[in-house]
Amino acid sequence: MTMTDIPQIGPQTGPKTALKASKPLFDGPEWNFDLINEAYDAIAEIGLGEMGLDIYRNQIEVITAEQMLDAYSSIGMPVMYRHWSFGKRFAHDEMFYRKGARSLAFEIVINSDPCINYIMEENSMTMQCLVLAHAAMGHNHFFKNNYLFKQWTQADAILEYLAFAKKFVSDCEERFGVPAVEAVIDAAHALMNQGVSRNAAPRRRFDPAKAREREIKRREYETEIYNELWRTLPQSKPEAKAEEVVTDPSPPIVPEENLLYFLEKHAPKLPAWKREILRIVRVLSTYFYPQRQTKVMNEGCATFVHYEIMNRLYEKGLVTDGSMLEFMHMHSAVVFQPGFSDRGFSGFNPYALGFAMMRDIKRICLEPTDEDRQWFPDFAGNGQPMETLKDAWANFRDESFIHQFLSPKVIRDFRIFHIRNKSEDHAVRVEAIHDEMGYRDVRRLLARQYDVSQQDPDIQVTDADLSGSRRLVLTHFVRDGILLDKDECDRTLMHVARLWGFRVRLVEVDNMTGAKLREHETLPLP
Amino acid sequence: MNIIDRRLNPKSKSLGNRQRFVRRAKADIREAVKDALKKRKVSEVEGSERITIRSKSVREPSFSHSRDSGSRDMILPGNKDYKVGDLIPKPQGGGGGGGGGQASADGEGQDDFVFTLSKDEFLDLFFEDLKLPNLIKTRIKDLKSPVPQRAGYTTDGPPAKLNRVRTMRRSLARRIALRRPKDADVLELERLLAEAETDVPRDEINIAELRARLDKMLRLRRTIAYVDPIDLQYNRTERVPKPATQAVMFCLMDASASMTEPLKDLAKRFFMLLHLFLSRHYREVDVVFVRHTSTASEVDEETFFRGVETGGTVISTALEEMDRIVRDRYSPEDWNIYAAQASDGDNIPDDMGRCLNLVENHLLPASQYFAYIEVSEQIGFGDTIVWDGYKEIAERNKHFAMRRVTSPAEIFPVFHELFSASAGA
Repeated sequence: MTMTDIPQIGPQTGPKTALKASKPLFDGPEWNFDLINEAYDAIAEIGLGEMGLDIYRNQIEVITAEQMLDAYSSIGMPVMYRHWSFGKRFAHDEMFYRKGARSLAFEIVINSDPCINYIMEENSMTMQCLVLAHAAMGHNHFFKNNYLFKQWTQADAILEYLAFAKKFVSDCEERFGVPAVEAVIDAAHALMNQGVSRNAAPRRRFDPAKAREREIKRREYETEIYNELWRTLPQSKPEAKAEEVVTDPSPPIVPEENLLYFLEKHAPKLPAWKREILRIVRVLSTYFYPQRQTKVMNEGCATFVHYEIMNRLYEKGLVTDGSMLEFMHMHSAVVFQPGFSDRGFSGFNPYALGFAMMRDIKRICLEPTDEDRQWFPDFAGNGQPMETLKDAWANFRDESFIHQFLSPKVIRDFRIFHIRNKSEDHAVRVEAIHDEMGYRDVRRLLARQYDVSQQDPDIQVTDADLSGSRRLVLTHFVRDGILLDKDECDRTLMHVARLWGFRVRLVEVDNMTGAKLREHETLPLP
Repeated sequence: MNIIDRRLNPKSKSLGNRQRFVRRAKADIREAVKDALKKRKVSEVEGSERITIRSKSVREPSFSHSRDSGSRDMILPGNKDYKVGDLIPKPQGGGGGGGGGQASADGEGQDDFVFTLSKDEFLDLFFEDLKLPNLIKTRIKDLKSPVPQRAGYTTDGPPAKLNRVRTMRRSLARRIALRRPKDADVLELERLLAEAETDVPRDEINIAELRARLDKMLRLRRTIAYVDPIDLQYNRTERVPKPATQAVMFCLMDASASMTEPLKDLAKRFFMLLHLFLSRHYREVDVVFVRHTSTASEVDEETFFRGVETGGTVISTALEEMDRIVRDRYSPEDWNIYAAQASDGDNIPDDMGRCLNLVENHLLPASQYFAYIEVSEQIGFGDTIVWDGYKEIAERNKHFAMRRVTSPAEIFPVFHELFSASAGA
């Protein structure tokens, strides 16, 4: 099935014969740096001047397809420590790319100040325009203004911090060997989703200079206490001495949902460098937390912005009919939403949903129906689409955005429905569809589906006996009877045990009744 | 806005990551390589190989929800004609429900992880821990590979070799020694002069003095160059000949009519592997291809692997040919001599005595290692005539090895046995 009934494909006004005042900026697919500069100025005039976007300075970097693959594999960051899992991702992406099964993204944009936009040399000039409008305007505005990014990330410090992390990890590899470092990063990556303190934005700013200073102090201390004589002593407790200094002396506060934080501060046997690596992974996890929560909004915002800008460029006569057609072709591929039963369906396409919702908000602001007035009394017909959207981009995340703004019209257009799947039944039941009865149900549950804290299992440290058996107890608060995948859980627990150094138990408890459902336990391998 | 062209930046930034990954998955990859060897055609050995590895050692676990417990709500697009209350039967064999709304965490959770190994990576793994046994005679004769080596500095050379640090150090020393005025001093003086000239009343004497000093300074700066040719220092390199260990490998193959196509294929696979191994690990190894029916001749690589020729079998002809070539071109004093012989074990009975004599008295004393591979479609009853004869030689000579191969799958293990780092000792 194809979703032919998404109405937003095609410019709102149709290819029109408006007064074409100016000469087109370019003609043909070739690009060069002067053209990009001119196009950027024209795009910025619309984005910043007409739409009133507020962005970080842009830094545009032209790269090759191979470099794009490189960037892919290190989660898009220009600087990254080395780890085999990035190599795995690269091998995987490369194979799909070589087979032609998947094309590369046209761009990658990094939430940093200045905002780095990678654009590929293979792109045609039209694509470069699209990319500039999409990333350098849309994503950039979102990064700078959304409250989550403001609270959780520090755009001006992230690159420097990553440079520190890379150097630190490679220094550690040199001093302690690649396998030892790899084991710690493996374990930390396994707990990445449990490495965010969800309820509190980062308390302190991370400061690369401070981190470096910490490391230097630590080394100085180690050198200071190093005494050739001690080496000759029989090896009783080799690391105990250094430990007491670095372990946080305050008793651990439980429950704690940030497992990486807890282990970094309280694991009894970890040497300082391993703690620093846990901290690095935790900082990364925190940095990416807003992105995980704003996929629909972020892509929706960027797609909406590029669509508006490209159409304005066309109206001003700055792009030719040919490149407008090329743009429409790519745009409609980007916002294509396959139905649930189609091949290649993998959930909602954040571009499609985000773009449809934002176009719909614009429509509600300008040409509301009675239904819209009833559903959105605060902004229906207010005539200020950009103000309404900018407010949404600044103050919402996917979950709250859908909760607040998903209109019956979009639900109808996408023909969204709700099914309930109980593991013990042989069939799933359709609970709601796109009708008067179902709108609110569908909207509430779709919003919930985008709530990251609902996607990740709720696992907390509930007990840590530091003076006695040194056993660590984690509790999984089970929602709706959904247990952990046993195999994955056991493997992950092994990583926790390796970091903690002693016995680790994980209890799965129903969060409504408090009944114990299952227990896992593991010991660190010697 | 700022545009930066990064296209010329070093590529393969993730090479380090890839190496770490390949090392990590090594055990799995080796397993897969062996599998691949069984299936591939001889002509494909040199291509890039796609390797499927089971993601045992490259798994990245995390706490995740199991798919088959509890109840969950799913919101999906694209409803066609479902009404509230409809029941949709679940697909058999997987609790994915209506397509798995949540089951798409970035392609994770797949069982097999497929990726492509480059030829180099493939061969590195392939020939890991293998070497030519008894490689001892090292005589420097062939100086074909001189290696450039740093050898101090010189005052003359091409611009690319200019050592900027040393040059500037010398320039600085010379400038200090000759008291060349610094930029800052000139600027200071110019400023003073400018001030003096605007002062009222004008202090002409002072101005004249300042001007004289400034003139002198500027003259000095003109005469004493910032960088003088005598400052120039260039890196010097010398080409140092690198001693090469010389070795020659004789590949002897039976091409007679009794060797059926599958048997020839087996033998060729073996030699192909041997050839790859040698050309990869030993730059200075000569390879001599000899094939024989009832007569033997030295042939080039192409004919050896691809040629079709049949006839009777007289093995001694090949051994004689090898003996002749050794005498002509590869003196055992200078060369490490290796030989690998493949046949189906068939020979004219009268010829065996000659063969054994040749091998034991002429070839073995001159060789470092002699390997005999017998190819057969299945293990037959009793030993073939050649196997029988060679058995005694193997008992008496440690550097003579013999193995049987009946299927492509055995080639790599046998090869590995023959050339593992400890073999042939």
